[in-house]
Amino acid sequence: MIKLEELAGQCGEWLRGSGPDSDIVVSSRIRLARNLADFTFMRKCTGLDRASIERTLRERLGRIKQWNTVSFLDVNSLDEVDRQFLVERQLISRELADADGSRGVLVDANEQFSVMINEEDHLRIQVMNSGLDLMGAWERINRIDDMIEKHVTYAFHERLGYLTACPTNVGTGMRVSVMLHMPALVLTRHLERVFRSLQRISLAVRGLYGEGSQAMGDFYQISNQITLGKSEEELIAQVSEVAQTLIEYERKARNFLVENGLKELHDRVSRAYGLLCTAQTISSEETMALLSSVRMGVNLGLIQDVEIPTVNKLFIHTQPAHLQKISGTALSTADRNIERASYLQRHLGRQAHDESAENN
Amino acid sequence: MKCDRCDKQATFHITERVGEQEHWEERHLCENCARDYLSKPSEADIQSSLASALAQHLKIGQTAEELAKLDQQTCPMCGISFLEFRSHGRLGCPHDYLCFEPQLMPLIENIHGEKVHTGKRPRRIAKGLDQQTQLIRLRKEMQQAVQKEDYERASQLRDEIRELEGDA
Ligand SMILES: [Zn+2]
Ligand SMILES: [Zn+2]
Repeated sequence: MIKLEELAGQCGEWLRGSGPDSDIVVSSRIRLARNLADFTFMRKCTGLDRASIERTLRERLGRIKQWNTVSFLDVNSLDEVDRQFLVERQLISRELADADGSRGVLVDANEQFSVMINEEDHLRIQVMNSGLDLMGAWERINRIDDMIEKHVTYAFHERLGYLTACPTNVGTGMRVSVMLHMPALVLTRHLERVFRSLQRISLAVRGLYGEGSQAMGDFYQISNQITLGKSEEELIAQVSEVAQTLIEYERKARNFLVENGLKELHDRVSRAYGLLCTAQTISSEETMALLSSVRMGVNLGLIQDVEIPTVNKLFIHTQPAHLQKISGTALSTADRNIERASYLQRHLGRQAHDESAENN
Repeated sequence: MKCDRCDKQATFHITERVGEQEHWEERHLCENCARDYLSKPSEADIQSSLASALAQHLKIGQTAEELAKLDQQTCPMCGISFLEFRSHGRLGCPHDYLCFEPQLMPLIENIHGEKVHTGKRPRRIAKGLDQQTQLIRLRKEMQQAVQKEDYERASQLRDEIRELEGDA
């Protein structure tokens, strides 16, 4: 059984900041929507049905021998901070966190995949890889899907494919997403070119959420809109192609900044770094914005004494529920801002280097 | 050009595909509104495209009377009416894809621009969908039998379910 407190201290596989193009692509994620053939969809489920689906899936998937590091979390019995923690961690969706009734998630120890039970569909399988690695994610999730399928009967239609509660997901039931960090495009105000490049195919661009609902830290997620009539590989190829285009744009924008204002850029990232190392109280929004500059600074070699995995980790660990899990107490917004500043100092400032020096 | 949502100068010009392949919607937004727009949950967005596709599809060639009749139609397996689906955008059970097929297919084509799945298939699809969805009915009946303490009927139903499920 996974302890959330232990999870809070460690860092998900997808945050390790490696993999192709990981200076720009944070993670590649694939999600499959699946339903059991012998139950109604969630909308027509009674409380009894929900409980029965959860029990059936826990019992059946418990038989998968390869899954000895997989734990089940009963989301219905978790309190709000814990549910929020799993959302920040990207192991469950906001919808699953906020729903009512029997529901849960299976999580593997390395956080490489999770299986939500009783979300919008009976099963939502998710795999997350570091960097731009959609084919790797597809191979893994395809295998997981095969393993699950040995133990359950999916609702499947000869012509329409996997049947889902919402017709927007029917067919492959697959959503392919790439999370990109594009600070230079934002800074040079060239983001609109990004959107224009998306005109060719139907893709959605979304920001990463912070405490509010604003796009934060210059992270943008692209994903496929349609799920029917194209194979999984074709959908992946489409999203990959657009991701490549965006990576190219972002690289060009970074080069532009380096060539046409290195001093200003260096100043900007150094100030951001300095603020993060010395602030005594700091909001989530400000932290995200500054970390974004630092992340770019590290990738451009302007900041040497911090590593990308650390920066990636800080984006997640400075969010409200994480701060509270790590500190082990409930915190008000004001207290969180103080705790956040102190956490940042411990992991970025001189103190952090002294500590790591002692450990060496 | 002014922002679609406020009085500021629009600096972001977002073109997004809505519904069918050739239909594009343009948005002109200032930086603030663009950020706000982009941070909207994508599912909500997909919902709105579903709603507009539905509205579009239902406008064509149906009288109010026909529409009302359509709305009344219900699925024999889960009891959802087409009206309930139309208002919430979620189906009630796999069988709805069969019993609402005439209404759903144009909608699905509208959303995806395609109507036939070409991707992965489960390794074992022993039975057709109509047979699969019998499972929903059998399971309901079994629950009722258990509630009525008619265990003989319940175990009979259980065997039927096992048979339909194949070796699962
Ligand atoms: Zn505006
Ligand atoms: Zn139904």
